[in-house]
Amino acid sequence: MAQKRVLMKGNEVIAEAAIRAGCRNYFGYPITPQTEVMHYMAKKMVQVGGNFVQAESEVAAINMVYGAAAAGFRVMTSSSSPGISLKQEGISYIAGAELPAVVVNIVRAGPGLGGIQPAQGDYFQATKGGGHGDYRNIVIAPASVQELYELVVEAFNLADKYRMTCMIVGDGTLGQMMEPVAFRDEEPVETIAKPWAACGRKGDSFHHTVTSIYIDPDVLEKKNLELQDKYKIVEANEVRYEAINMEDAEIVITAFSTCSRISRNVIRQAAELGIKVGMIRPITLWPFPYKAISEAADMPSVKAFLDVELNAGQMIEDVRLGVNGKKPVYFHGRLGGNLPMQKEILDKIVAIHEGKITEGGNF
Amino acid sequence: MAVVFEPTKGLTDKPFHYCPGCCHGIIHRLVAETLVDNDALETAVGVASVGCTYNSYEYIACDMVQAAHGRAPAVATGIKRNLKDSFVFTYQGDGDLASIGTAEIVHAAARSENITVIFVNNAVYGMTSGQMAPTTLVGQVTTTSPWGRDPSYQGYPINVSEFLSNLAGAAYVERVCVTDYKNIQNAKKAIQKAFNVQKNKLGFSLVEVLSTCPTNWGKEPLAAMDWLKENMEKQYPLGCYKGADITFDADGKYVSGAIPATANNCVNVGEVKK
Repeated sequence: MAQKRVLMKGNEVIAEAAIRAGCRNYFGYPITPQTEVMHYMAKKMVQVGGNFVQAESEVAAINMVYGAAAAGFRVMTSSSSPGISLKQEGISYIAGAELPAVVVNIVRAGPGLGGIQPAQGDYFQATKGGGHGDYRNIVIAPASVQELYELVVEAFNLADKYRMTCMIVGDGTLGQMMEPVAFRDEEPVETIAKPWAACGRKGDSFHHTVTSIYIDPDVLEKKNLELQDKYKIVEANEVRYEAINMEDAEIVITAFSTCSRISRNVIRQAAELGIKVGMIRPITLWPFPYKAISEAADMPSVKAFLDVELNAGQMIEDVRLGVNGKKPVYFHGRLGGNLPMQKEILDKIVAIHEGKITEGGNF
Repeated sequence: MAVVFEPTKGLTDKPFHYCPGCCHGIIHRLVAETLVDNDALETAVGVASVGCTYNSYEYIACDMVQAAHGRAPAVATGIKRNLKDSFVFTYQGDGDLASIGTAEIVHAAARSENITVIFVNNAVYGMTSGQMAPTTLVGQVTTTSPWGRDPSYQGYPINVSEFLSNLAGAAYVERVCVTDYKNIQNAKKAIQKAFNVQKNKLGFSLVEVLSTCPTNWGKEPLAAMDWLKENMEKQYPLGCYKGADITFDADGKYVSGAIPATANNCVNVGEVKK
């Protein structure tokens, strides 16, 4: 591991990590606050002999991704919320055709055109489908620029391994912030064989076909069941989360990405007030760490959960599934592109500790 | 006994699902023969679209990718940019290309993507049962223009070859039909020329093939051929709209003719591990 640290912007690190992961295809369309990914790719991808195409739309970009992935090549697109909505058609086709692709969503506040400030309002879209049909994406939520780098590299391996979309979900804060990154000398790139790829028959006795259409209901049901089997394997093997200060926690914060960073400081402040606060930070939003949440809910020391998000309460539904009614789950959220102040969260912690608020949230 | 006619190796054994009298069968065969004639069956990648041809990926014997409605040129872009020496083509209908896929086709042509588009125009949505298409003729009765297409209400048909030929990125655009032997031979020549254009990296090529849809036109197959000749060709005159002066030698090598200053936009990104 090389320890030379470079100060870089989150969005640029996404692009650099993709290139280091052997991705030689980037197709995108400009949208704030992720455009630096594209700027970086426009130069660097061409310099390393790869493909950079500024597509005519998000729709075209994701279909270029579909094409490159179908031919067997590592490929990435990035966008922000409204653009990701446009890509959902293609993401559904990628799921149906079982193609590996990396899609980055640097989330901004919605709905509609919304605003360009950070938000987490696309949690439902990312984890519960987004496009049509029964499918899943692996959804990864890094919390620092260093983690962004490592997890983007990992996303390409996971996408290839499971032949599905691996979505990186950040927000405007993570995309725009500059932090030191230590790049490895060599990336842990796994070159996985793609015997299914449509890049020419080249002597095979059959032609390779990439498709998501199955007119016969029985055949389509079988295909769907195969997908579900695959998703079960992903659920069993790929859950990632960070548990912080959980040994004898009384109140457990659940938060991902930017909210986890703010909450991390609250843990220390609460300790100064004599309140033991821990945190479970999901790194994979799908598959979700239900088991970790459930085990925390079983801990005798744990009195309550506080879910902190930049939305009106989306991940909290999964937290509640994990908690399963065993402990109360409180909520603190901000909307419109605003971030919670540490004090807001701390006040909520104190109120929970003193039994002064009822279950639910600030809306 | 001498073999005088046999199935082309460019098509699989799967029986077509197309209606009697539909031109897709002929056009599929011409594309397949072109792949075989040029020894491209082992390397080519085709993109099927949405509509009656959704299943063409099962009929044409090279590697095939099935694309979302209208998106085939974008999918082909993603493929071709990685496989610069392979013949990459799309096979699209008029609803797919001229309605939902207008952005993709216009920009693929504008970027002079080095791909070939086989555009089959039958002036109607076939698969979804005969709705008005962007190419439906003025006065033509369809299930969604039950009193005939009225320009004051439904606007005018789109002449795809004419408008795409105005783009600097388009290298070769020709409109043909397959109603009789002579026209079938012309169509074959056009597809071969498009193949040569792509092989020489001259840029975007499109062959528009006028086609019948006897089922949705409510006509017998031969009557449908006559209707095409009498009506569609008036709105969509046959001929070469771009690249008529491009010539190749006997080996298919570019000799002369005006071409876009592009089509070096593809790379070989290395081999896919199989």
